[in-house]
Amino acid sequence: MEMLYAITTGVLSASGLYLMLRGRTFPVVVGLTLLSYAVNLFLFSMGGLTSNAAAIIDGPGRYGDPLPQALVLTAIVIGFAMTAFAVILAMRARGDMGNDHVDGRRAEEREERR
Amino acid sequence: MMSHLIVLPVVLPLAAAVVLLLPRNGNATFKRFLSLVATLALLLVSFLLVREADSGSVQYYALGNWQPPFGIVMVLDRLSALMVLVTALLAVGCVVFACGGDDEKGSNFHGLFQLQLMGINGAFLTGDLFNLFVFFEVLLLASYALLLHGGGKSRIQSAVHYAVLNLAGSALFLFAVGMLYGATGTLNMADMAAAVSQLDPERSGLVIAGALLLLVVFGLKAAILPLYFWLPRAYAAAPPPVAALFAVMTKIGVYAILRVYLLIFGDGSGPLEALEQPWVWWLGLATLAAGGIGVLAARDLRMLVAYLVLVSVGTLLAGVGMRSPAAISALLFYLVHTTLATGGLFLLAEMVGLQRGKAGTRLVKGRAPGLITALLFLVGAMTVAGLPPLSGALGKVLLMTAGEGSQRLWLWPLLLGSGLCALIALSRAGSTLFWRSQESDDNDDRLSRWKWAGTCWLLAASPLLVVLAGPVTQYTDDAATQLSEPSVMIEALLTPKEDAS
Repeated sequence: MEMLYAITTGVLSASGLYLMLRGRTFPVVVGLTLLSYAVNLFLFSMGGLTSNAAAIIDGPGRYGDPLPQALVLTAIVIGFAMTAFAVILAMRARGDMGNDHVDGRRAEEREERR
Repeated sequence: MMSHLIVLPVVLPLAAAVVLLLPRNGNATFKRFLSLVATLALLLVSFLLVREADSGSVQYYALGNWQPPFGIVMVLDRLSALMVLVTALLAVGCVVFACGGDDEKGSNFHGLFQLQLMGINGAFLTGDLFNLFVFFEVLLLASYALLLHGGGKSRIQSAVHYAVLNLAGSALFLFAVGMLYGATGTLNMADMAAAVSQLDPERSGLVIAGALLLLVVFGLKAAILPLYFWLPRAYAAAPPPVAALFAVMTKIGVYAILRVYLLIFGDGSGPLEALEQPWVWWLGLATLAAGGIGVLAARDLRMLVAYLVLVSVGTLLAGVGMRSPAAISALLFYLVHTTLATGGLFLLAEMVGLQRGKAGTRLVKGRAPGLITALLFLVGAMTVAGLPPLSGALGKVLLMTAGEGSQRLWLWPLLLGSGLCALIALSRAGSTLFWRSQESDDNDDRLSRWKWAGTCWLLAASPLLVVLAGPVTQYTDDAATQLSEPSVMIEALLTPKEDAS
């Protein structure tokens, strides 16, 4: 299970990074989303992967580390908010600059050519 | 009462922001009044905190009375108290300036401003890494919205870069926090410092990877050399009071580097001691050089000031890289000076732009601004370029004398060279703005008194800092000594309180 988990996290972050390096806002936003998924998975794994363990400390016995769960919960909330903001920002940029290039450079070039 | 004071710099702006964000159409006076009162109260609180921290003990506030290392803690030592005070001083100037009309160019300026203050203060006071992340996000989200305040093409354009880069930085931050948690099993910085000093050598690779990843994140916030390209455009495009407040944002990165690496990887952490030092030292110097070149190349007054922020970041990071109590004391003095001075210059650039009408802040021939503006520009330019008798010179001298041996070989030429670059660029800008201009009637009265008051407030900091140099350097010396002994904080946080009630 560890191997599969590690490969998944790695592939997600690699894809996220690749997409973030694109020149258009849509792939960049998708890349950010993938990267934040990778982060969440990574945080989970940091408490140690266990199966069949209680989530809450309740008497003796095995239990999962509760802290990564708290961290992931916070990270998910913040990640969603940030992604929503990035989407709105990208749409606004598309509207104001007439194109979806991350630099808005296309519009300037077109104006220079005229 | 005193024990609750530590959490006030976070709670006070939060409460003010909640009230300010309630819809209240068109009632600008009330919003301004409340925002001013909240910021002035914050200033008062931070004065009390500095006085409290100066007693020398490290105090903490455990939220919900969950004692460290398990709960969320706010930690007060000399460094964090000083940073909160600088933020409050800067914020008063920004809010006063914004009351001159900038706050009504978009919606919810004051509410977002208070939220950003909450994030900044929280980042300075927090005692564990994950809450540092959370407060970073709070201040970043507020800063994205503030950067866009009033709209406009250039703001949108730079905000896309700024937001995407910082979101990527946040993802890296979480990776780093995860790694450090996985290796040490704790998030509380003091507890982590204790854990790192007794680290299983098998895990040290993971800790080093996490620590250096954190350095990338803090470097992005502080605008260290390969990660600064978002800064000049974003700062030049931001609304002036926001740009002035952003002057403290890069210092949050510097603060985080100081805090994390001096505490967790400080003296006594064995093989991991000072692992950031070569990176911060060389990249800081490179940032200093790049900032100097950028200052010379700027064709717009606001862009010029943005590059001056970069120069100050390079200077501060070189100070961090020297890693001696004397250097840290000098850099803290320089930090107070440069934050307030560059903040004041951002406000002044806007005043110049308004008085010049169509020419704006571009460094071309245009209408002449008034005499008072010119005098203020003289004071601001002298202080950031580091000319005596103002505080810039004092800070630089302190830093240069703190260098040891071969450090001087690199620091002196680069620091003095960047100062010369700033001097050349500022005098060129000044002569273009104030001398090579058409005569015009004095139009000072067009500007609101609020704007004058805000600008003067921040620019007055530099002469004041010279007058108060004695007590201030005494305080920064003490803060540096306190920082170089991480055991003090570890003991203060981790020994259980006897009178836990």
